[in-house]
Amino acid sequence: DTSLGEVNSFSPSMPISPASMINQYKFEDEPELRDLFITVDDPESHITAIETFITYRVVTKTSRGEFDSSEYEVRRRYQDFLWLKSKLEEAHPTLIIPPLPEKFIMKGMVERFNEEFIETRRKALHKFLNRIADHPTLTFNEDFKIFLTAQAWELSSHKKQGPGLLSRMGQTVRAVASSVRGGVKNRPEMFTEMNHYMETFSQKIIVLDKIAHRIYKEEREYFNEMKEYGPIHTLWSASEEDIADSLKGVASCIDKCCKATEKRMAGLSENLLPILHEYVLYSEILMGVLKRRDQIQGELDSRIDTLANKKAEKDLFSDEIGKLEDKVECANNALKADWDRWKQNMQHDMRSTFTNVAENNLRYYEECLATWESFLASQTVNLHVEEDSEDRP
Amino acid sequence: MEDCLAKKMEITVSEAEKRTGRNAMNMQETYTAYLIETRAVESQGEGQCAPMDSLWRRYSEFELLRNYLSVTYPHIVVPPLPEKRADFVWHKLSADNMDPDFVERRRIGLENFLLRVASHPVLCQDKIFYSFLTQEGGWKEVVNETGFQLKADSRLKALNATFRVKNPDKRFTELKHYSDELQSVISHLLRVRARVADRLYGVYKVHGNYGRVFSEWSAIEKEMGDGLQSAGHHMDVYAASIDDILEEEEHYADQLKEYLFYAEALRAVCRKHELMQYDLEMAAQDLTSKKQQCEELATGTVRTFSLKGMTSKLFGQETPEQREAKIKALEEQIQEGEEQLKSKNLEGRDFVKSAWADIERFKEQKNHDLKEALISYAVMQISMCKKGIQVWTNAKECFSKM
Repeated sequence: DTSLGEVNSFSPSMPISPASMINQYKFEDEPELRDLFITVDDPESHITAIETFITYRVVTKTSRGEFDSSEYEVRRRYQDFLWLKSKLEEAHPTLIIPPLPEKFIMKGMVERFNEEFIETRRKALHKFLNRIADHPTLTFNEDFKIFLTAQAWELSSHKKQGPGLLSRMGQTVRAVASSVRGGVKNRPEMFTEMNHYMETFSQKIIVLDKIAHRIYKEEREYFNEMKEYGPIHTLWSASEEDIADSLKGVASCIDKCCKATEKRMAGLSENLLPILHEYVLYSEILMGVLKRRDQIQGELDSRIDTLANKKAEKDLFSDEIGKLEDKVECANNALKADWDRWKQNMQHDMRSTFTNVAENNLRYYEECLATWESFLASQTVNLHVEEDSEDRP
Repeated sequence: MEDCLAKKMEITVSEAEKRTGRNAMNMQETYTAYLIETRAVESQGEGQCAPMDSLWRRYSEFELLRNYLSVTYPHIVVPPLPEKRADFVWHKLSADNMDPDFVERRRIGLENFLLRVASHPVLCQDKIFYSFLTQEGGWKEVVNETGFQLKADSRLKALNATFRVKNPDKRFTELKHYSDELQSVISHLLRVRARVADRLYGVYKVHGNYGRVFSEWSAIEKEMGDGLQSAGHHMDVYAASIDDILEEEEHYADQLKEYLFYAEALRAVCRKHELMQYDLEMAAQDLTSKKQQCEELATGTVRTFSLKGMTSKLFGQETPEQREAKIKALEEQIQEGEEQLKSKNLEGRDFVKSAWADIERFKEQKNHDLKEALISYAVMQISMCKKGIQVWTNAKECFSKM
């Protein structure tokens, strides 16, 4: 019965006890107990007759017993990450699978293999794998292990296994059918609240993402103008005598502030922009997870409805209903736990990112302040010297 | 600064008012009138304040005054007027002459102009200037009666002199180059500054968008709500702070603009020198050629080719009486010419001496004013940085509580 999910992963057919969940939670909070370390680096481009693509090096260091070795190094391409993500979604329909960077970039990029694009993607892929490693359930997923350890040919042969295309399509059809009926009707209050929350959160995070990009753009334009501003004062100083030093001083201050602005921009693009983007993706993922939970509930509800119309023979189907009920309960519990975890992480991420933005801006203003104050000090010293020499007869 | 008017009299341009009237073509026009208030300094003793005398003037009257001063004192670097039309604007500033901010900055500029004239050792003693400040009606007629317009040099004549003068004073040539460079560099600086201001405005204002989103987001959050809400408030404060910052910077820009226009006044003095020098060179050349003619007629030798020489060869010489008459006329002209040349030389030397004295005075004033302006710019930047630090420190605290 494929609808129960794969046997390999932490089996959802067993009700998850609250106690074991708490243990998993604690495990996360103590990073020293971490036993799986993953890095994604070294992008390399490959050119074949048919296509050009990039592979990334994935290095895994682990002390876990299930792994045959303590260190692995493999090369993976974007397609492989996509495969992993879809396997995880299949196995855990109501867990929150971390976001992958997008397939294509919409505007502004002409070349897929632009350096900046590759670096941004690499960082996001690194984060993706580490988030899975940190997830109490997903970290033990078998496909995840294979992704980290298998050589290229092993991986492609493994990919070909598993439920065929037709049965996967069957799953989708059934899911769609049950979603048409609902799953909304008997939806527990908690999940309706989650839906409302996600609708608003989605909207707000998209707007925030746009605002952050606007700020970056304005700062860049400001930087471009500032680059021209300082040198004019140097040019002017060439035709002056008495005020040449003051002019050169101003030129130097402006140039330093210009560099500080560049640092400020870099801070935005390294921190705030990627995080906000991830959470835009997360909001899509979460809406999807909520929908899938509804679908699972919908399967149960529609089965119950159908059977209610067939009088008698209820005993025959009580087993089936029982299994569906279990499935719903597991899905709900998994989602609830993962939701709480996600919210905690989101709060942490937002707090640290925005604090970082504030620190960035503080650093910027403090640097500029120091530069102008030292210029001012130099000017007033000179003034006093001049005044003294005027007093003398 | 001896006994200049500024020490004896308090002068302010205290108000600006929109007026409508009829212009020379009897069409209705709108203009701004400025209130000039004056009061003798001595009349204030032990706390009692004499009332201020006042009259209204419009910009065109200021222009008339300045034209009069430029023509009457060509050796003086005459203080410039604030710009007639708003130039070097960035997008938030209005290019409209009726815009209240523009009018206000112009009022300050006009007051500055009057104070500059009143503190100038030579200009402050001018009667027309005094009556500009004190005589309400009929001032325009008085100015025009001086006939100063007739003394004005034509632009064409000046341009001609610039190209043809052979031996201008080297210092004036250097000064001319300097004023050209000054004009070019200050206008470039003002243009870029306006663009920088525009961009800075953009950066600050975009942060204002955070406020509303944070507020709406905080509504669905329990623990993060307060932090978000208060951080949003600080973002609003940040966004609003740019308006005052940039308004202050406009005053700095106005200080630079004054010296942009002063460069033109410097140029005018150089032009006058070139004109006088060219005039002198022409007079000397004329005298030399007359002397030569005289010599040729007297000795009968033709040293240089002349049409006269040719025609006399072709059509015969003139009679001795005719020749005598010519020589006599020339000798008279030569004497006149020598006297004129002497006085022109004297004029020229006086001009150079007094112009250079004023130029030295101007240079000191310029160095002092520009240095102060640069210092005030640094002070403004420091204030902006301090405000930024305060806002972001507050914001950081709110974010860390999220």
